[in-house]
Amino acid sequence: MNFDFSDEQKQMRDEARKFLSEQCPPKAVREVLDGKAPYDKALWKGLAEMGFLGVAIPEQFGGAGAGHLELCVIAEEMGRALAPVPFSSTVYLAAEAILIAGSDAQKQKWLPKIASGDAIGTLALFEGHGNPSPKAVKVTANGGVLNGVKKPVADGAIADFAVVAARTGSSGRESDFSLFIVDLKAGGVEVKSLTNIDLTRGQAEITFKDAKAEPLGTTGEGWSVITQVLDRAAVLMAFEQVGGADRALEMGRDYALDRIAFGRPIGSFQAVKHMLADMYVSATLARSNCYYGAWALSTNAGELPEAAAAARISATQAFQHCAKNNIQVHGGMGFTWEFDCHMYYRRANAVALGLGSLSYWEDALIDRMRKKNAA
Amino acid sequence: MNFDDTPQEGAFRAEAKAWIAANAPKQYEEELRKASLGRFQLKGANILEVAKAWQKKKADAGWACLHWPKEYGGRGSSPIERVIWQQEEGPFGRLSSMFIIGHGMCGPTMMAFAGEEQKRSYLPPLASGEKIWCQLFSEPAGGSDVAGLRTRAEKHGDEWVINGQKIWTSGAHYSDYGILLTRTDPDVPKHKGLTMFFLDMKSPGVEVRPIKQASGASDFNEVYFTDVRIPDSQRLGTVNDGWNVSLTTLMNERMSIGAGVSTGFPELFDFCNSLMLEDGPAIENRAVRSKLANWAVKASGLKYTSMRAISALSKGERPGPENSIGKLVAGSMIQDVAAYALDLQGAAGALSGIEDAEVAGKFQAMLLRAPGTRVEGGTDEIMRNIIAERVLGLPGDIRVDKDVPFNKIPTKGRN
Ligand SMILES: Cc1cc2nc3c(=O)[nH]c(=O)nc-3n(C[C@H](O)[C@H](O)[C@H](O)COP(=O)(O)OP(=O)(O)OC[C@H]3O[C@@H](n4cnc5c(N)ncnc54)[C@H](O)[C@@H]3O)c2cc1C
Repeated sequence: MNFDFSDEQKQMRDEARKFLSEQCPPKAVREVLDGKAPYDKALWKGLAEMGFLGVAIPEQFGGAGAGHLELCVIAEEMGRALAPVPFSSTVYLAAEAILIAGSDAQKQKWLPKIASGDAIGTLALFEGHGNPSPKAVKVTANGGVLNGVKKPVADGAIADFAVVAARTGSSGRESDFSLFIVDLKAGGVEVKSLTNIDLTRGQAEITFKDAKAEPLGTTGEGWSVITQVLDRAAVLMAFEQVGGADRALEMGRDYALDRIAFGRPIGSFQAVKHMLADMYVSATLARSNCYYGAWALSTNAGELPEAAAAARISATQAFQHCAKNNIQVHGGMGFTWEFDCHMYYRRANAVALGLGSLSYWEDALIDRMRKKNAA
Repeated sequence: MNFDDTPQEGAFRAEAKAWIAANAPKQYEEELRKASLGRFQLKGANILEVAKAWQKKKADAGWACLHWPKEYGGRGSSPIERVIWQQEEGPFGRLSSMFIIGHGMCGPTMMAFAGEEQKRSYLPPLASGEKIWCQLFSEPAGGSDVAGLRTRAEKHGDEWVINGQKIWTSGAHYSDYGILLTRTDPDVPKHKGLTMFFLDMKSPGVEVRPIKQASGASDFNEVYFTDVRIPDSQRLGTVNDGWNVSLTTLMNERMSIGAGVSTGFPELFDFCNSLMLEDGPAIENRAVRSKLANWAVKASGLKYTSMRAISALSKGERPGPENSIGKLVAGSMIQDVAAYALDLQGAAGALSGIEDAEVAGKFQAMLLRAPGTRVEGGTDEIMRNIIAERVLGLPGDIRVDKDVPFNKIPTKGRN
């Protein structure tokens, strides 16, 4: 047994951390936060050059072919740095959907562009409030065109293409849903930017009016692909969340050491110490669940659905817990725009929802544990 | 990252499995499987005898205290082999609970500080369960603040004379030996005047009085010392260096307690799977599922945290203060889990008899034992202090008694 990343993988993590600390300091994140740019284009290009965008894409499709464990260590660093780029939409969602369901030609067409940073992709799944469910999908696909509205779509306003879930039958069963690739720059697509609690990441409403759509995977099997994509993304996103949680904890710890009140560092007050100890506990439990998820993802083990849900829940809780208490440790300073605490708080709360809410994953976890127990 | 056995690990597992299959006391397997925190009984058998017999059998075949050196009764195994053994031993491992203090704390302290001859004569019977050991640290005035203890040891020629009182000493009523922390110099600050010994619990002047616990059981005791004589050769470490000796014990305590604490989750999950509520199976209720999921990820988080620790150990890293996390998380979790299991039963949740209550009163027993888990081996607050100070590097608590001679420290909060 070796329940840890390898030395090479850790080296890659160090490399990514160094790169991001240079190319994505809080100042760069703030350019996007303040609305000066929809995302950090220079960083996106840099990530492509480092080979990070295609790290889990096979070499034959223009990637580095390293694998999902490597993608996990990079995801952690992306979350730590709050990188304001469409990494999760493009790499965890769109690319994984194409890897799972795409034809050889589709992989040839899209994956090299993703790896090189020339195409931004996303998954268009949600239609208003609610969690991932076939029942909530109203967008229809008929005769090669899509009609309906998707909202919110992460990074929808900057994406070049979207993987769209649509109805191909009328019974409402899972077998009535299929996936399509839609060129968002083509006709029949209207994109409207929406405001997100995480101002470093964009959201959009996308309206399809007879938009041309190319089937992705077998008709009627869309929902099973969506489930697989969400499970994989859950693990990867959980690593981002753990990266963010760790950084928030570190910020709180550092501030507690520096700030003096009543003649002593606030970190010597037990209430503050214990708050930080509890942040460490939740971040550590989440990290351990994530490692299990990483193992399941990289080996495509039967345990993946359960491991993904556990990683997702635990990392969501940890990031929210660390981000909110980081502000508390910082006191009034923590509630200023100028300090970075709110950027983590925003990200923690937005990222908690993007793959379906906590209650959705709680439900999924228990379902999956039950199935395993019954088997 | 993988969970596969290496060829050597695989061979070890196969050997362990075969030996356990051939030798374990299978007539108790079912009862042991059903045992839980606070409720552990064998019908028509004396647990202590069954536990001792199993331990002796293991020792004779070389399966006791796996990680100890062979000459002291162990096997010289790696941390991973220990885990493999625990996995294979399964419910029979519960029989080791009487030996935890001896194996986890007293043994390692003896190994670090006793003389070679003593180690060779005392450690093998400790490993084999023939002799049981207890830890005589806590006192009415020295629990979290162990260094505040008052039991005196005075040197008379080649012997030390002990007077004082210990409390909450687990297993003292069936122990043969104990390690004992005493005060040898009250005129210096508290940490600087302590000395550690080991002693025969049958020594004249040792009196053990069982204490009835909040749970109703009597697992721990008061121990009184009246002119008890201990030869100087049974001193562990140098005179007045007892604090450092005890730190060895406490670090090991955290490792051994932290590794095996139960969370109550598997029991709760099974219970919810079978329980019917007014509107259907409990497991299909949204609110129940949400609770379960929250505990599930804590339980799995702890499991994989300990796997990460074992992986680090096997690469030669030393166990660190991060091991405090296990007891901290599991202790309050099992308390909450037990209370929730009772809540699901409504009014009937208040029943606790084995015959009267759901699942033989397992959760009621758990609820009543759980407060002790959050106190023994360091309270939740002390665990948080350890994480904050030694893992996160935050400043230590302000110590008003740091440079004050022990006999000048106030003994009451209000006068
Ligand atoms: C079931 C059980 C078995 C035990 N077995 C043994 C045994 O075999 N051998 C042995 O030597 N001892 C044993 N103990 C004793 C145990 O180690 C002590 O009870 C424990 O360390 C707490 O000390 P205390 O009871 O004096 O509580 P106190 O130290 O008086 O604590 C009271 C409260 O004050 C808090 N507190 C104290 N100091 C601080 C601080 N610095 N910061 C914040 N909060 C603080 C505590 O967290 C607690 O909430 C056992 C206890 C139990 C419950």
